[in-house]
Amino acid sequence: MPTLLAFPVLILVIMLQTIIVTSLPLLNGFADLVLLVLVAWGLQDRVKHAWIWTAIAGLMVEYVSGLPQFVPLVGYFLVMAVARLVRRRVWQTPILAMFLVTFIGSIIMQGTALAALLANGTPLSIADSLNLIILPGTLLNLLLALPVYAVLVDLAQWLYPEEVEI
Amino acid sequence: MKNVIQRYWRTGAAILIVGGLLLLALGGYLAPVIRVVMNPVVSAQSWLATRYLAIYELFRSPGDVTALRLENERLSTENALLRSQVIQMQEQQNDFESLYALLKVARTRPDSDYLAAMVIGRDPSPFLRYIYINQGSDAGLRRGMPVVTNQGLAGRIVAVSADAAQVQLITDAASAVNVRLPNSKADAMLTGSVTGDINLEMIPQEVKLQVGELILTSGLGGTYPSNILVGQVVSVRRLETALFQSAAVQPVVDFSSLRWVLVVTDFQPIDLTPLNPSPELP
Repeated sequence: MPTLLAFPVLILVIMLQTIIVTSLPLLNGFADLVLLVLVAWGLQDRVKHAWIWTAIAGLMVEYVSGLPQFVPLVGYFLVMAVARLVRRRVWQTPILAMFLVTFIGSIIMQGTALAALLANGTPLSIADSLNLIILPGTLLNLLLALPVYAVLVDLAQWLYPEEVEI
Repeated sequence: MKNVIQRYWRTGAAILIVGGLLLLALGGYLAPVIRVVMNPVVSAQSWLATRYLAIYELFRSPGDVTALRLENERLSTENALLRSQVIQMQEQQNDFESLYALLKVARTRPDSDYLAAMVIGRDPSPFLRYIYINQGSDAGLRRGMPVVTNQGLAGRIVAVSADAAQVQLITDAASAVNVRLPNSKADAMLTGSVTGDINLEMIPQEVKLQVGELILTSGLGGTYPSNILVGQVVSVRRLETALFQSAAVQPVVDFSSLRWVLVVTDFQPIDLTPLNPSPELP
């Protein structure tokens, strides 16, 4: 059930990303809703299928985006690895962990995309990319981190109800 | 006779007094007196009538309020429906205007075949300037087909699925368009950037560029048809030590509000790759 739910949830998130989020830029950067969903999902204690969600999201974004092959997949797996690592370290303050992983994850994801495009021969200015895309995008991700986290906490509680000993 | 007078004198006096008063009243001589007498009566009447109506409304109002609430609800629903219809009509009007503008483009260039498509999304990566359109290979679209608007060149199709296509805009950093400057009679290359600005590169130093000069596609390289408006020169950057000069360009298409585009369906892009010399050959 949680794996199957990944499809409608992630399809909806990608639709929101391509239609709404991309039309609300800050300078030239915009938020990455898929990344935020994966980070929030990966930080939930009871979630057991976070890696499958990451794979599904990576493949979907790879199909939709014009980024070089495997870049979204690799980027999201790296971000999920950070999320699962941080979850074990700062498990008592999930909100702080959300902000921390969102910040690191945004840099990793955008950095991976930039490196792949540069390696692919796309003439991109690194300074412009950092100032006009990566930093504004990271800021927008941090702004959206809290509401996305709240929604995903509810979803996780619904999918993985807490077991009570009687 | 005396008995009759004694019996009826009071009645006669009363008739005379009443008649006199009536005559005085009709003559207007009693108005101040009537006013003084009637004012308290009218006030009392008003007070009583107000209280009576208030009590009457108190007993009658629950039924009215319910009826009014139902009526209000019905009108609110009707109002919301009409508002949504107005919004739909405005949307249709906008679409109609956009399509009419595109139709005018198609009429001005009857030698080409066009297919109108709606923009349904943008690439999720901020590094790429790609859009998605709602027509694909089922409608005859192929990779490499140019995409224009009523204003000018927008980009070209880079990927196609059955009912959607991905269009690389000319503002994308990896985009390069061969253009010509009709006034300067020079060829150049138009490139995009990570910021979405477009620039003219590879302009020979001897060319005298003018600010405001129009830029058209040249058709060289076979990736775009010729003579499609692209933009105009905004500023020129010329260094004596450089091999070429460059210029900033204002695109004619407003890429931030693209809704409808036209795909030039009868244009066949030419693949020049086999003509490039292979490094393995002597």
